[in-house]
Amino acid sequence: MAHPAPWQLRAARWIRPAAWAGGLVPLALIVAAGFTGGLGAEPIEEVTHRTGFATLLMLMLTLAISPVRRWTGWNWLAPARRTLGLCAFLYVCLHLAIYLVDQGFSLGFIVEDVVKHPYVTVGFAAFLLLVPLALTSTKASIRRLGKRWQKLHRLVYLAAGLGVLHFLWLVKKDLRDPLIFAAVFAALMLARLAPRLVAARRRPAPRETRGPVHP
Amino acid sequence: MLIRKPEIPSSEITPEATYLNRRQFFGAAAGALAASALPTSLAACTMSDAEAAQRDEPNSFEDITSYNNFYEFGTDKSDPARLAPRTLRTRPWTVEIGGLCDRPGRYAFDDLVRPHQKVDRTYRLRCVEAWSMVIPWRGIPLRDVIARARPRPGARFVEFTTLLDPAQMPGQRRSVLDWPYVEGLRLDEAMHPLTLLATGLYGRDLPAQNGAPLRLVVPWKYGFKSIKSIVRIRFTERMPATSWARSAPTEYGFYANVNPAVDHPRWTQARERRIGEWRKRATLPFNGYPEVASLYRGMDLRRNF
Repeated sequence: MAHPAPWQLRAARWIRPAAWAGGLVPLALIVAAGFTGGLGAEPIEEVTHRTGFATLLMLMLTLAISPVRRWTGWNWLAPARRTLGLCAFLYVCLHLAIYLVDQGFSLGFIVEDVVKHPYVTVGFAAFLLLVPLALTSTKASIRRLGKRWQKLHRLVYLAAGLGVLHFLWLVKKDLRDPLIFAAVFAALMLARLAPRLVAARRRPAPRETRGPVHP
Repeated sequence: MLIRKPEIPSSEITPEATYLNRRQFFGAAAGALAASALPTSLAACTMSDAEAAQRDEPNSFEDITSYNNFYEFGTDKSDPARLAPRTLRTRPWTVEIGGLCDRPGRYAFDDLVRPHQKVDRTYRLRCVEAWSMVIPWRGIPLRDVIARARPRPGARFVEFTTLLDPAQMPGQRRSVLDWPYVEGLRLDEAMHPLTLLATGLYGRDLPAQNGAPLRLVVPWKYGFKSIKSIVRIRFTERMPATSWARSAPTEYGFYANVNPAVDHPRWTQARERRIGEWRKRATLPFNGYPEVASLYRGMDLRRNF
């Protein structure tokens, strides 16, 4: 890898504030819509949908950082990953908070909903998976956990997958949006798997599987 | 007819200021977070479900005409209000009445409606998606139109069809459902005095997004039974293959009676949110119209959902 160009060094200084600014755009849009009546006749449902959408969007952006870094060599992108990941957590917390308001904070209703309705079950599971990731997002945690940090944070793949499934299962008929997320998620997973598969193929295979041995 | 517009005591009408406050609630996101920190106090100051179920102030004209499921114009609730007034031509409009009846025919909209007594009926509307509204409809009792067509003894069902014209209904360019939209009722349901052919709401002509110029209103059934922009009414011997029941038979049945005891496979039907309110309220059997219960005597409504 060549030394980063001067513009990349400059970008490295700006990436974190830029990621925060970008990541908070959906929240700004929701608040603006709230003040202008843009949330329509059913604001609770609208905000639920928008925060859910923003969660998935942030998760996909988070997952996109690594492959883009690998292809472009733009290592200055790295800090955006944590910022966008924390934005995803912010939106999922808002999403859940509104859901709890919507259920009237009744534990009975909530437990029944989580147990009986699969889309709620997977959505709730995805939230739970994101909690330890947000809690260990500090530098201190990274240092303390060492190699285990990396392993722990692979949970994001599962959380994002469950999030997409949650969206797919709740839609009544028009599957366009959840299918776009599913396709993006699949592409991002493939971008991670493909280099490993290629590397595995390049490695010399063990002797006994190398094909027919001619005498 | 003994069915009158339900009277609402003025004491039960929410002041406009309270109603408007709700819209600004999410603007004050901090307020929402504060509320989530105080669950018990919030619960303590809200009315009980039984109390909530009693309150039936009509929704605003704006809410009724801006929040619509009308997939012929798109799957988003805001699509119909945005597109339908521009693209749907409701004049001239003809309705074909046919099938097993003695007086079939094609009627111009005015000829179909004019001979009948117009009535105003404020009904609750409960959507299968667990939201509800109260809507002051204007229309003609369906039973009067049926009586005029004189169904034959073999007729057991009535089938309704929506306009099929992707130029006027741009949502039909995508095969979200198998167009045209078809709904149906058993003849006795169709003849029930509560069943209305609506031509207007709030005393005005029906807006395009609400199913102009003519739609069905069956207040004890989920909203999707109340088919919009009707172009054909047919009397049949066999149960019509209705759009949502064909599309997802395990989720949407032919009867689709509002029933808090029978959940949708993916969500509960026990509660609903009245558009304009914060708290969910309990859903009532037959949407609070117990007088229709006799139509289903002896039927297992869990199976015939």
